[in-house]
Amino acid sequence: MKEYKGLMVFAEQREGRIHPISYELLGKGKEIADRLGVELSSVLLGHQMEEEAKELIYYGADKVFLYDHPAFKDFDLLNYKHNIARLVREVKPEIFLFGATRLGRSLGPRVAVALDTGLTADCTGLDLDEDGNLIQIRPAFTGNILAHIKTATRPQMSTIRYKVMQKKVRDANRRGEIIKKDAELVPSLLTIKKKEKLGGVNIAEADVIVSGGRGLKKAEDFGILAALAELLGGVVGSSRPLVDDGWIGKEHQVGFSGNTVKPKLYVACGISGSPQHLAGMRDSDVIIAINSDPSAPIFKLADYGIVGDLYEVVPRLTNEIKGRRAG
Amino acid sequence: MLKIVVPIKQVPDIGRVKFDTEKGRVDRTSAPAEINPFDLNALEAAVQIKDKLGGTITTISMGPPQAESALKDALSRGADEAVLLVDREFAGADTLATSYTLASAIRKLGGFDLIICGEKTVDGDTGQVGPEIAEHLGIPHVAYVSKVEEVGEKITVVCDMEGDRYLIESGFPMLITVSKDINTPRLPTFSDKLKARKAKVEIWTAADLSSIADQARFGSQGSATAVRKVVVPSEEARKGKIFRGIVDEEVGGIIDALEEGRILEGIK
Ligand SMILES: Cc1cc2nc3c(=O)[nH]c(=O)nc-3n(C[C@H](O)[C@H](O)[C@H](O)COP(=O)(O)OP(=O)(O)OC[C@H]3O[C@@H](n4cnc5c(N)ncnc54)[C@H](O)[C@@H]3O)c2cc1C
Ligand SMILES: Nc1ncnc2c1ncn2[C@@H]1O[C@H](COP(=O)(O)O)[C@@H](O)[C@H]1O
Repeated sequence: MKEYKGLMVFAEQREGRIHPISYELLGKGKEIADRLGVELSSVLLGHQMEEEAKELIYYGADKVFLYDHPAFKDFDLLNYKHNIARLVREVKPEIFLFGATRLGRSLGPRVAVALDTGLTADCTGLDLDEDGNLIQIRPAFTGNILAHIKTATRPQMSTIRYKVMQKKVRDANRRGEIIKKDAELVPSLLTIKKKEKLGGVNIAEADVIVSGGRGLKKAEDFGILAALAELLGGVVGSSRPLVDDGWIGKEHQVGFSGNTVKPKLYVACGISGSPQHLAGMRDSDVIIAINSDPSAPIFKLADYGIVGDLYEVVPRLTNEIKGRRAG
Repeated sequence: MLKIVVPIKQVPDIGRVKFDTEKGRVDRTSAPAEINPFDLNALEAAVQIKDKLGGTITTISMGPPQAESALKDALSRGADEAVLLVDREFAGADTLATSYTLASAIRKLGGFDLIICGEKTVDGDTGQVGPEIAEHLGIPHVAYVSKVEEVGEKITVVCDMEGDRYLIESGFPMLITVSKDINTPRLPTFSDKLKARKAKVEIWTAADLSSIADQARFGSQGSATAVRKVVVPSEEARKGKIFRGIVDEEVGGIIDALEEGRILEGIK
């Protein structure tokens, strides 16, 4: 186990742009690497991304292993896995982190099994024990509990939830090394026939989310929430039942079987606060709940709550904010 | 004719299960057990393919003896055969050991074309077991499948990844994990249930896998990760200021509070 040293981060890219989760991983990775007194490296697979690779250094990487190949432009599961596993066998980092995006959660398990090591899913916290072993903290049981997990094998691997770790301030004077690696290609077996951008919101990126639940009486009433959301530069979210009923697209769904979000402000309107809904938004910076039932569980999680009819409260809120801004 | 395998897990009803805040434990006896909801989507996806093209569906579960009831439930929902992997040796498995054990059992079943897993379980909540089974078996997989577009010589599926939608084609054998958006699972009829009650669930122990698997890789012994501590998060950390009464006062009060906390400031 001693031969494993250092911390490595998978740098995720889409269309040649590095996904922000990668910088968050470097931020946390740097903190842990410093505590251990080891090096922080990153692995990037893509095509013609040398300029972008420098960004990883500016955000904390000491070394970047760069695989440049046209085949790596898009997510190629088996080739990504094959080359990352090869690199890990060569470099032997003691800790390896993926972002818990859908890509990371699809790729991570393959790499872990290829290396015969453990993988801890969707962590929201990382720490070290007194012996320098990684403590991986993650929600389980639909967010009802937090488990502290240790890994006996090396590398200690985890996927880390988006938006919970802090990235460092970009420092364009930071120096590091970009090491170009030769790709070894295997049959990819999966063919991407078509790729499209889904229209509509990317709720995971929103700073403000105004969500509606079964307290809404009809689909059109999402407009009331949209007015407030728009005023605050945010987007509309939803609990699951309204998505299931086709009132709003699934890209708006917050919760265990929808999106996990962490906005600066989450406004829950007519949402009771089921464990499955809370699992998707409990880490929001500030939570406001509007519900006519004072015993609704959502109030237990809220920073601010209004007991009342959302049809009265939300429009007033919108008007009041408008009024104060004008005045 | 496709041979489809659907791994399912029996889980507690999350809405009702109780958590011991002091001991940080889950009281599994406090709630009835059911099939993991996402696994119902996996099973339904299998049944829809079978309805169109024919074939067989084998459902498989690793768990305690009580999990037999989940497999009977699966039989009533359209599975043709069911295998329960039950042994003390399997207990305490993390995803690495679970996926190894399930992959070994799938090998023992003989040939297969398609494995369909749920997106994740409501208790383990990792979504790792599916992709890990695929790696153990050396077959490709597509995760987060929201639609099966076409099945023939090959399979084409739709996979949604945060704002990007991919149409992906693969040959067989392969594995997919499905999200709840793929379908609405149908309910078993009364006669389906009756038939399933009489159907046989095959029971395999560690010994039954001994010719093809390394027993040291089962259960806690074969696990790489271990839970060292469990805490029930307290919600006390939140301010919890509740306004009630006259709407105007509530609204004014809450915005005052937001302004005081400089919450709206950074927003826009
Ligand atoms: C496997 C699984 C996954 C799931 N995943 C998700 C998920 O991802 N996201 C999710 O949200 N749910 C999910 N659910 C469903 C979840 O269990 C709840 O059923 C759901 O969250 C409830 O939605 P709700 O709060 O909108 O509705 P309800 O629980 O019916 O609550 C409606 C609330 O509105 C209030 N209300 C009514 N009228 C008014 C009014 N005029 N003004 C103000 N308040 C009013 C009521 O007091 C009540 O509290 C999942 C369930 C399962 C089993
Ligand atoms: N013990 C098990 N037995 C059978 N299938 C399982 C088991 N655990 C997980 N699975 C399958 O793997 C999927 C993902 O589970 P998980 O990785 O626990 O979130 C589930 O939806 C099931 O299809």
